[in-house]
Amino acid sequence: MAVYIKLIWAYMKIGLFGFGGGYAMLALIEREIVTPGWITKQMFTDVVAVSQMTPGPIGINSATYIGYAVTGSVWGSVVATITVVLPSFLLVLYAGHFIRRHKDSTAIRGIFAGLRPVVIGLIASAAILMMNRQNFIDNTWSIFICAVSLAAVLLTRIHPIFIICLAGLAGFVIYY
Amino acid sequence: MADNRKAGTCIYWQLFWSFFKIGAFTFGGGWAMISLIEREMVDKYKWIKRDEFLDLLSLSQSLPGVMAVNIAVSVGDKLRGLRGCVVAAAGTILPSFLIILAIAVYLTPDTINNNRVVNAVFTGIRPCVVALIIAPVITSARSANMGWRTVWIPIAVAVSIAVGLSPILFIVIGGFAGWWWLARHESKRRLNN
Repeated sequence: MAVYIKLIWAYMKIGLFGFGGGYAMLALIEREIVTPGWITKQMFTDVVAVSQMTPGPIGINSATYIGYAVTGSVWGSVVATITVVLPSFLLVLYAGHFIRRHKDSTAIRGIFAGLRPVVIGLIASAAILMMNRQNFIDNTWSIFICAVSLAAVLLTRIHPIFIICLAGLAGFVIYY
Repeated sequence: MADNRKAGTCIYWQLFWSFFKIGAFTFGGGWAMISLIEREMVDKYKWIKRDEFLDLLSLSQSLPGVMAVNIAVSVGDKLRGLRGCVVAAAGTILPSFLIILAIAVYLTPDTINNNRVVNAVFTGIRPCVVALIIAPVITSARSANMGWRTVWIPIAVAVSIAVGLSPILFIVIGGFAGWWWLARHESKRRLNN
């Protein structure tokens, strides 16, 4: 039972202070989960690698995996996953209602007007940070896949899910 | 709203299924999700307008936690309140929860990491994911009516974050700057009237 309470406490903190998306969260997860010795550093690296190869947000993936690894029970996964989501779930819900109530005020309209260009910059920075050797293992096919995918998303009606599947198929044909 | 009403009871199912698909195909974190959500929520179901979508993104990004879930919660809340939130969040979480649980229970991470087929497929998927993150930069810049006078802001933000400055800093500055700008703009207009 004590291990569940510790798990809830750790993931509550991760959910509440994990700003800036998955990769920014990893540092926090490492401090809360690896430093107390719940799992080894090697295991943590494996979990991150698996997270990159499976769909879904890294925050959720790591909570599900580590919750099971630490307790040896499916309930550990359930508890860790719900706890990592809960703080921001409530915050977003509350903020959403607050904003809707005051949406015509100068403050709210001004803040969102100011945030719009910033958020576009944030997305762009995520794209820039991902243009690395891990995602582009060569200068030919991977750039080709990226360019064709971009053109397909922007210029056609093809669903992004289908584009991902085609890219995976292309990867199999080219790199296997 | 008329469209939502027409869909009636099955909007919860549509919401769940949309976010389930989005959760099941989001590789590379919340950012890669934006293209998928835009296609489902803005283009297909027309649940939210493109400029509203950018505001939901601002909100999701400004708060802590898993961004993908934050986006799901804000979209769910906008459509159907608390029940919408729970349905959308469950849809987003469930695919990765089930897949990771299966791996944790039945496999070791090593079997996945060292599988040649999986590696080849993901070598193809990763550059595509980068494209899926570039795309919303372009579509949202268009919908926010970025002109030559404002386009320097996202560029400056992107470069500063890429070299290591904190995104939170820019969210705070952007919010306050927008507030200050609009307050000044409106008081000027009142004076002119």
